[in-house]
Amino acid sequence: MRHIISILIENESGALSRVAGLFSARGYNIESLTVAPTEDPSLSRMTLVTRGSDDIIEQITKQLNKLIDVVKLIDLADAVHIERELMMVKIRTTEQTREEIRGMADIFRGKIIDVTPTTYVVEMTGPSSKLDAFIAAIDGDTIIEVVRSGPTGISRGEKGLHL
Amino acid sequence: MELNGAQIVIQSLKDEGVEYIFGYPGGAVLHLYDAIFQQDDVKHILVRHEQGATHAADGYARATGKPGVVLVTSGPGATNAVTGIATAYMDSIPMVIISGQVPLPVIGSDAFQEVDMVGITRPCVKHNFLVKDITKLAETMKKAFYVATTGRPGPVVVDIPKDITDPRIKIPYKYPKKVTIRSYNPAVTGHKGQIKKAVDLLLTAQKPIIYSGGGVILGEASKELTEFAQLLDFPITNTLMGLGAYPATDKQFVGMLGMHGTYEANMAMHESDVIIAIGARFDDRVTGKLDQFCPHAQIIHIDVDPASISKTVKVAIPIVGEVKPVLEQMLEMIRESKKKPSKKALDSWWKQINQWRALKCMEYDRNSRLIKPQYVIEQLYEVTKGEAYITSDVGQHQMWAAQYYPFDKPRHWINSGGLGTMGFGLPAAIGVKLAFPDSDVACVTGDGSIQMCIQELSTALQYNAPVKIINLNNSYLGMVRQWQEFTYESRYSHSYMDTIPDFVKLTEAYGHVGMRIDKPEDVRPALEEAFAMKDRTVFLDILTDRTENVYPMIEAGKAHNDMTLRVADGTSTDRELA
Repeated sequence: MRHIISILIENESGALSRVAGLFSARGYNIESLTVAPTEDPSLSRMTLVTRGSDDIIEQITKQLNKLIDVVKLIDLADAVHIERELMMVKIRTTEQTREEIRGMADIFRGKIIDVTPTTYVVEMTGPSSKLDAFIAAIDGDTIIEVVRSGPTGISRGEKGLHL
Repeated sequence: MELNGAQIVIQSLKDEGVEYIFGYPGGAVLHLYDAIFQQDDVKHILVRHEQGATHAADGYARATGKPGVVLVTSGPGATNAVTGIATAYMDSIPMVIISGQVPLPVIGSDAFQEVDMVGITRPCVKHNFLVKDITKLAETMKKAFYVATTGRPGPVVVDIPKDITDPRIKIPYKYPKKVTIRSYNPAVTGHKGQIKKAVDLLLTAQKPIIYSGGGVILGEASKELTEFAQLLDFPITNTLMGLGAYPATDKQFVGMLGMHGTYEANMAMHESDVIIAIGARFDDRVTGKLDQFCPHAQIIHIDVDPASISKTVKVAIPIVGEVKPVLEQMLEMIRESKKKPSKKALDSWWKQINQWRALKCMEYDRNSRLIKPQYVIEQLYEVTKGEAYITSDVGQHQMWAAQYYPFDKPRHWINSGGLGTMGFGLPAAIGVKLAFPDSDVACVTGDGSIQMCIQELSTALQYNAPVKIINLNNSYLGMVRQWQEFTYESRYSHSYMDTIPDFVKLTEAYGHVGMRIDKPEDVRPALEEAFAMKDRTVFLDILTDRTENVYPMIEAGKAHNDMTLRVADGTSTDRELA
């Protein structure tokens, strides 16, 4: 099953590699990983998407908690939560296709954030499945590049991951 | 008090009460060595190879319970220490390893003797630090000792760039009395509800067994474990790492379990209905085939490390906490409980166990014309009255030492269980001897293992650490040979050593006493003579039966009730090798 693990970690050099190293050393898979400092500059928040049986996920959370730099973590998949991913897609355009791509971006609530005579860059956020759907909806041959942040997430309601 | 970085490091070691540092100098730690030179409180032991430093510090830590301290230079000094760090990590031994690093401004430039020590050791330390600011140095040292010695102990590396220890830069020194790390709060006491549940289960058990490991020794809980077992009259088995936590000569002790455990211990595990695992981690050498591990048992598991619980074997009642306070809580609850263990059930359980015992799985051919390694260990036990500190290397000799030297006290059996590091025994013995100069310390080793750190004979002489080396010399890498015999149709691929040095001459060259023994009747007198030489390191090169195997054995991938036993006539191994 897919799990999305949110981690508060000391904002120190090497902290990221401790997490990444743990996954490779113990043979766990990382589907995606995002990390950035939080409002408290001494902490970073990491969102890690992984897959595994319940036993493996239990080991992953225990091993992560064992890392001295990990302050706190939650498995967002345990409760209702919101997931968002940011994507930017650079698309080759012709006069004939520009209208259609703009329409498609509108339908997916994307924004065109860069325009040249031959390209658009479409910015889009949403659950990863929506971004997948957009990619599938446009002609693959016109895509010059795709950049995705990997999902980040937050739990719904009053509960939160903080100190 | 204003101190430079090098002095801060040494002063913080003093403030931690460190007695010995095991180390080897080099460019990046010259400032530190200059600071060591100018004081007498912390004694430095110069080893002959950095691996030796880590094992010596490790042996010291295992015997005393105090953290072992290592000092090595950058680059090769640091990488040579890695095997010893990983050894300590696998067995949860508290150590602080200080490694020199190239100066901060050149880090990352592939400078001379530069290596990313923090990166290299990350998977085999409890934690590590790169000190980038002299004002954080004292605090980092304190954190290193704190992390190394609390919770589930382990090695901590402090990597110190050379410019941090620059003698020209002085700052006010104050060693923190206490340090807190917001992300590190190891559990101490266990959850009361869980403990209650465990006690209830224990008191209704029909065929219970206590399976305890190294955590009891690390957690200084031998007394509580012994009380616990004796109050309940349960059989108890120890892991390789747990030997000595419960007196092995006691009637409730059924021996070691696992791959080379006793028949009665493994059978009792297999047939039990309730297992209480205490400070043990269900290592693969203990469990054998996982899906057939203890098929009838409900398992209670006490461990300070939550990640050790339900890692490979699912348990019914997990208790996260230090072994000692949890056992204290349990003892109190058991004493206050109106329920008592069923005497009838236990009587019939003990009867069954005693039937397994009657098989005498540890018997060997006592009439052999060759020296049997088991006999040597039994004689070692008698000569040292069971009171010596025994270190070992890794292989057949290690198993024989574990099987035939019954340890009654914790911290006396010192071996590399988790990583299985050959070369561990001799430097570890030196570390133990320095800690307990008035006690007998013996290193049980083999002709393969001893050659991996033999250079430390020189250290033993320089620092007057007279240890006895019991070399069970069979000209083979015996455990490899045994596996090749069992599973590779006796194709002894590279497990035979054709050119073993003359260990007697070699020992003499190092300034010690060497003796060669090749007759069974000479074993006892030689051991007596060796141990009578209190102030000399003695190397006993004992030529043992080359074909002897370690029994019983659970071959890889088999279950506890599927053991290979020695053939009953006891002569099965007294034959020539193909």
